[in-house]
Amino acid sequence: MKRLVYLLPLCIFLIIFGYFAVGLNLNPRDMPSMLIDQEVPAFDLEPIKGSTRGFSKEDLKGKVTLVNIFGSWCGACLVEHPFLMEIRAKGLVPIYGIDWREKNPDDGPRWLARRGDPYTLVGDDPKSKAAIAFGVTGAPETFFVDKRGFIRYKHVGPITQKNWQSSLWPLVQELRKQ
Amino acid sequence: MKFTHSPSIARWAPPRPAVMVFSNKKAKAFFTFVALSLLTLCASQSLAVEPGEVLNDPVLEARAREVSKGFRCVVCQNQSIDDSNAALARDMRVLVRERLVAGDSNAEVSNYMVSRYGDYVLLKPPLNKSTYVLWFGPLLIIGLGILTLFIFYRRRQNSTAVTPEGLSDEERHRLEALLKGEE
Repeated sequence: MKRLVYLLPLCIFLIIFGYFAVGLNLNPRDMPSMLIDQEVPAFDLEPIKGSTRGFSKEDLKGKVTLVNIFGSWCGACLVEHPFLMEIRAKGLVPIYGIDWREKNPDDGPRWLARRGDPYTLVGDDPKSKAAIAFGVTGAPETFFVDKRGFIRYKHVGPITQKNWQSSLWPLVQELRKQ
Repeated sequence: MKFTHSPSIARWAPPRPAVMVFSNKKAKAFFTFVALSLLTLCASQSLAVEPGEVLNDPVLEARAREVSKGFRCVVCQNQSIDDSNAALARDMRVLVRERLVAGDSNAEVSNYMVSRYGDYVLLKPPLNKSTYVLWFGPLLIIGLGILTLFIFYRRRQNSTAVTPEGLSDEERHRLEALLKGEE
């Protein structure tokens, strides 16, 4: 029985080791969103240059929607762009775009004109007003909004064929049923 | 004999100073280096805050600086938004200032940021259930260490007090006998 005391330091070491083993393997970029199961934050975005209509919180009610943060400066947005075009072409789910932090107000519209516009409506967010309200940490990020206008999921990084098939599209269908 | 040829004194050379003296050029370079190194100390305190962001009201600006020092830049993660040059950090600084100007208290601004980004955005982790280990773990371990030391020394003291029991009568006689025998 007394001998067990000598094992105590080893036990403490193992506990600390366990904490570090898990903690140091977490990806610091995977930050949980505070907005899951919360109502979409209040925002009202101006249209981008050359367009007549931006969008606001009210536009997201009554149907399942995706809100996609993008920017012409963002390389990963270019990666997911063709797939967003595919979603639009197939009419799978309406995507609303937040054009985030363009240096020049022409950049966003030019980017969309050249590569195609997958968005139902696009709002301009040069000062990160909406981005901060959504708790955005980088682009692209996509929020899945249910019929009531509540955020149900946040996807960080590009949407690809693979993650769309495996989890994102099933999620959209699940949200539609509710 | 005194004047035999000795190469070391034959060739006259100017006396070398014991300590190497820098040439003027080297000295200059050295002092420039020291001055620049000292400058880097100041540089770490220089602002990411751009002149256009600074509020006219010095009291509000001081509050804005204080509050934004406590927020983590979510892009660069190990800097506060007050230190970071990231675009998002800049927009957050502007937002903090707008909210303060609109009459928010420091706590209200902080609550807003936490409601968007979670406790993660605070550089100083708040005290709550999930951070008890973080805050009290080190104290607990130090406590355990002190306790262990205390027990260890107590035991050693007790055991040393027990050993010198003195000699038994028989042993004393033998010892005396031995000592006498030697004399």
